[in-house]
Amino acid sequence: MILGIIEHDRGVIEATSLQMLTLGRGLAEQTGTSLEAALIGDDAASLEETIKPFGMAAIHRVTHPQLDDYAPAAWAEAVVQLGRARGAQAILAAGSDRGNEVLAHVAAKTGLAMAANCAQVEAGDVYRVLRLRWGSSLLEEAELSGEIKLLSVAPHTVEATEARCDTVTVEDFEPTLSEADLRVKVTRRDETASSGVTLKTARVVVGGGRGVGSAEGFAVLEELAAVLGGIVGGSRVATNNGWRPHTNQVGLTGTRIAPQLYIACGISGAIQHLVGCKGAKHILVINTDREAPFFSKADYGVIGDLHEVVPALVAEVKKRG
Amino acid sequence: MNILVCVKRVPDTGAKLRLTEDERAVDTRRLGFTISPHEECAVEEAVQIIEREGGEGVVLTLGPAEAEEQLRDSLARGMDRAILLEIDGEDWDPQRTAEAIVESVRREAASGHQYDLIIFGNESADSGGYQIGVRVAHALDLPCVTGVKGIDIRGGVLQARREIAAGWEVYEVQMPVVLTTKEGLNLPRYPSLRGTMGAKKKPFSRSSPSHSEGDLRLQRVLHPADQGKEVEILGEGPAAAPRVVELLEKLGLLE
Repeated sequence: MILGIIEHDRGVIEATSLQMLTLGRGLAEQTGTSLEAALIGDDAASLEETIKPFGMAAIHRVTHPQLDDYAPAAWAEAVVQLGRARGAQAILAAGSDRGNEVLAHVAAKTGLAMAANCAQVEAGDVYRVLRLRWGSSLLEEAELSGEIKLLSVAPHTVEATEARCDTVTVEDFEPTLSEADLRVKVTRRDETASSGVTLKTARVVVGGGRGVGSAEGFAVLEELAAVLGGIVGGSRVATNNGWRPHTNQVGLTGTRIAPQLYIACGISGAIQHLVGCKGAKHILVINTDREAPFFSKADYGVIGDLHEVVPALVAEVKKRG
Repeated sequence: MNILVCVKRVPDTGAKLRLTEDERAVDTRRLGFTISPHEECAVEEAVQIIEREGGEGVVLTLGPAEAEEQLRDSLARGMDRAILLEIDGEDWDPQRTAEAIVESVRREAASGHQYDLIIFGNESADSGGYQIGVRVAHALDLPCVTGVKGIDIRGGVLQARREIAAGWEVYEVQMPVVLTTKEGLNLPRYPSLRGTMGAKKKPFSRSSPSHSEGDLRLQRVLHPADQGKEVEILGEGPAAAPRVVELLEKLGLLE
């Protein structure tokens, strides 16, 4: 059977786990076996109904007095024990921070190989996987072997689709955990009150890079973002120079954005940055250099100096408003 | 406080990636090399902690002879000593990479060098396997916190902060500990001229670990299907503003 680890944060699930289940169901079909899911912790109980439509034969409620909050090694130990008890041929997780983390612990505990961020998987004695490299700028075909195949599913590469299983059995499973498994466990949370628009949720993001030239240079971008109800982001050049805080960074090692429109000002279009704005529906590039690589990834372009174009744009929007 | 930071030499890619003829790697003939932003922050954090608390900062990599360049760069930024686990040809898979690092840490321990903290980048820039740090932690029976963007050390207890959708979560662990870090942890310094000169004289050791094949084997690297976008140039300079506003209206962004 194929075992999927459902990732959740105190009972809140993300779409990436449903995408993982969809890929897992495909694998189960390929190999003529069934898909089963692990829901770890008491607060995951509410998720049974959410995941049932995704075509699994069984749901395992994994509970233990110490599994009351996220603890990566303990989650992994529970998964290893459940996987062995059920004779899993593959264990899957979402390719998210926690998904990759738990699976890496499973890999470390068992000595098995792990393929992170897979977009396609072909089952067999040896699995053939297509996985993301360079934050999705390149793909890699690889072979994965081992008694149990460990795979994480790259977020948003598989569309989550439902497929009912006639009967879904729900079973309880209590793992045996050691002190060592519980050394790392969430001790405290500092929840930041959501203050309206964020980089992740903004409808419009106005990004600035090398061409902005200074921290003060961002004032015009702030103004444009304000009139459009959007938010300002920056390239790695902007955050590394200290012009913007790192929390503003759009990119592979910053935030991945998905706005309706991304207005990129004075950014050349390095891969590091392009990966971060791939999710934008439309991209408008403002740059003095027509040869900037970003133009070949954009929908719209303005050739010109952002220090002139952006103020003109603010004035024009105000005129219409 | 003795700290080991593990880094990886990767091509500095810029805007375009070209592949080698055998399609097994990025063509690096015209590229410079670097380490990932996550690892730059790991080096910076180690240097800052040692400046505060004293101790030794060691930087390690498993890579080709040329990776000396990245190790020297970390020495120039303030690390004290470097270890190169020299390999030929292609990257090693994650299982074998972790084993070689563990062996090196054990050898160091046997010669009296114990680490209080071992830091990795959260994932490598190129392969993005998300597992070396966790594998090393388990082999050494140490706790491991990944994705760390804030570190606070008090009396042998390390507090690590990581970002989640709802804000921050905090982990408290007894040292020694393995961490994997993310960019944003700090703002890495550039090496000073003095640092660069001094780096040439700092202790540097090399060894060649023996290799066997792992269970994740790269076959081929390829480009993702191109989305074939054709850019529409709306104009030049400030005169383009009215057409941009038309676009904003069309996209329904001016309500």
